Amino acid sequence: MKTIAHVIQDPLGLHARPAGLLAKAATACEGCSISLTFKDQTVDAKRIMGLMKLGAKQGDTLTITCEGETEDAAAASMESFLKENL
Amino acid sequence: MIQGTGLPVFPGVAIGPAFVHETAKLELPTAWGSAAEERQRFTNAKAQAQAQLQTLLEETAARLGQEHAMILDVQIMMLDDLDYVEAIEGRIDGGDSAAHAVQETGEEFAEVFASMDDEYMKARSTDVRDVSRRVVEILCGFSSSMTMDVPGVLLAEDLTPSETVQLPKDKILAFVTRKGSANSHTAILARTMGIPSLVAADVDLSAIHPGDTVIVDGFTGQCYIRPDEATLAEMTAKQTEAQAAKEALEAYRGKETRTAKGRKVKLFTNIGSPDDVELVLKNDGEGVGLLRSEFLYLGRDTYPTEEELYTAYRQVVEGLQGRPVIVRTLDIGADKQADYFQLDAEENPALGLRGVRLCLSRPELFRTQLRAIYRASAHGPVSMMFPMIASLWEVQEVKALCKTIREELTAEGIAIGDVPLGVMIETPAAAVISDTLAHEVDFFSVGTNDLTQYTLAADRQNSALGRYCDPKHPALLWLLQRIADSAHAAGIWCGICGELAADAAMTNTLMTMGYDELSVSPAQVLKIRKAISESEVISQ
Repeated sequence: MKTIAHVIQDPLGLHARPAGLLAKAATACEGCSISLTFKDQTVDAKRIMGLMKLGAKQGDTLTITCEGETEDAAAASMESFLKENL
Repeated sequence: MIQGTGLPVFPGVAIGPAFVHETAKLELPTAWGSAAEERQRFTNAKAQAQAQLQTLLEETAARLGQEHAMILDVQIMMLDDLDYVEAIEGRIDGGDSAAHAVQETGEEFAEVFASMDDEYMKARSTDVRDVSRRVVEILCGFSSSMTMDVPGVLLAEDLTPSETVQLPKDKILAFVTRKGSANSHTAILARTMGIPSLVAADVDLSAIHPGDTVIVDGFTGQCYIRPDEATLAEMTAKQTEAQAAKEALEAYRGKETRTAKGRKVKLFTNIGSPDDVELVLKNDGEGVGLLRSEFLYLGRDTYPTEEELYTAYRQVVEGLQGRPVIVRTLDIGADKQADYFQLDAEENPALGLRGVRLCLSRPELFRTQLRAIYRASAHGPVSMMFPMIASLWEVQEVKALCKTIREELTAEGIAIGDVPLGVMIETPAAAVISDTLAHEVDFFSVGTNDLTQYTLAADRQNSALGRYCDPKHPALLWLLQRIADSAHAAGIWCGICGELAADAAMTNTLMTMGYDELSVSPAQVLKIRKAISESEVISQ
């Protein structure tokens, strides 16, 4: 299991567009389950509505957990995705 | 006459015939097939809806720009959301028709968004309803469209994103919707189109007949349906006046910025990337009073190289075609950073290792940036200023470093410009010792946003503190006067690059204090040039 933390830089927070891109990026990571935890809620990173419902804002910390055969590659790709888009 | 009030989203007055946009009631099927058949119908309808949205997205991107098209992209992704799809399939398996299942699921998801405490997310409930309705319409073989033969005012319960992009935009004088918020699609569209509009308006649509005269006052949020003669005359006059004011602002394009008594004032702009240079030129900015450097450092994995920094700064300098630019050196802290900075989390980042403090603690970071700025100065007039200054020694250290770098570059045979050095005045300490600092630098630029939060001990990010964060507090006005007096006593110029500079109600006060420069967002240039022209200061 690989875990990464990310502090949201986007002024609008985890809003519709980045949530959609995040879901797409997570779906692209095959052979690995990716979940995202914010406060006490954990959601499947491949599901846009769940991500949006978290209501995470700028400055909030998200924890991403990758678990499965390809977890190393998945964690690396999620990390670079988050830095670029959120 | 019927009168209503709503939330105005764009100023101006519109008068025209009413077009009432009605969302027709959908007739859901009364008989349907097996779960397997309904699942298949849902899958087909979903694919068709996505294809429609894709077409709409391409049209919208071409007509209104990427920003508007983006939300359609989100809708396409929503249709693929597993939570959403599984909920619909679950209902179908439980015996619902595909149309009922989509309708109910859409409503259920929309309710969740509507109950969130974030205005932006609340507005997303419309997207879920919109996208669900699209699928239901396909399942029911229904289509809705709207035509307007003459220009008029469009009144509706609410307008969904796909409805707003399908509207005959050249015919719409104003929008009035009963629902919506400042963040709703109608509001965003109204601002893009630049037409006066109201959302969350308390008008009874059933009492309005097509063709009734409607007046929308985007200043006060009032609207009048079938107005009496006196109101019509009054509002027609107001419309003429508003139009004249807008045109009058255009009259300030290309003009020098001078106060009524003839004192020349620099009217600069605040920008955050090379792309914004176009906006500066388009809005007639006289230069850049604040170029934020953060864009070069955030959103990446490693420190930018000197070449990268130089290229970006040079792009701005050349783009401005001889207009001056003041580069603010990196202003980040633990609350706004990139991971590679590896800054420790701070209990109180607003008072932490930020701005020039961070740069002084990491000489290599600062040095690379300074070299890039000096090199860019060979291509046009560049000044440099430093954020978060509180003490004299900081300024002296920074100046010593600048001197070393100048000498280095000169020794290397690299061309550099003059580069006046200034400081941001954004801590109360800097304001208080501004008389001393003024002898060390070439100019001051007051960051009123931070100066307000630090002086009043009120966190500007905390929305609960709104009324405590008052930039017109007597303490702030006193400091502003002191800063201007200190600058002028030492023979240097002083400006303001915080939000206060764009407040036209404050322009006269700032001019009377003697400020020599105001730096505002590009869209505010003409408004502030007018305000300066009308300010009455004694010529100096």
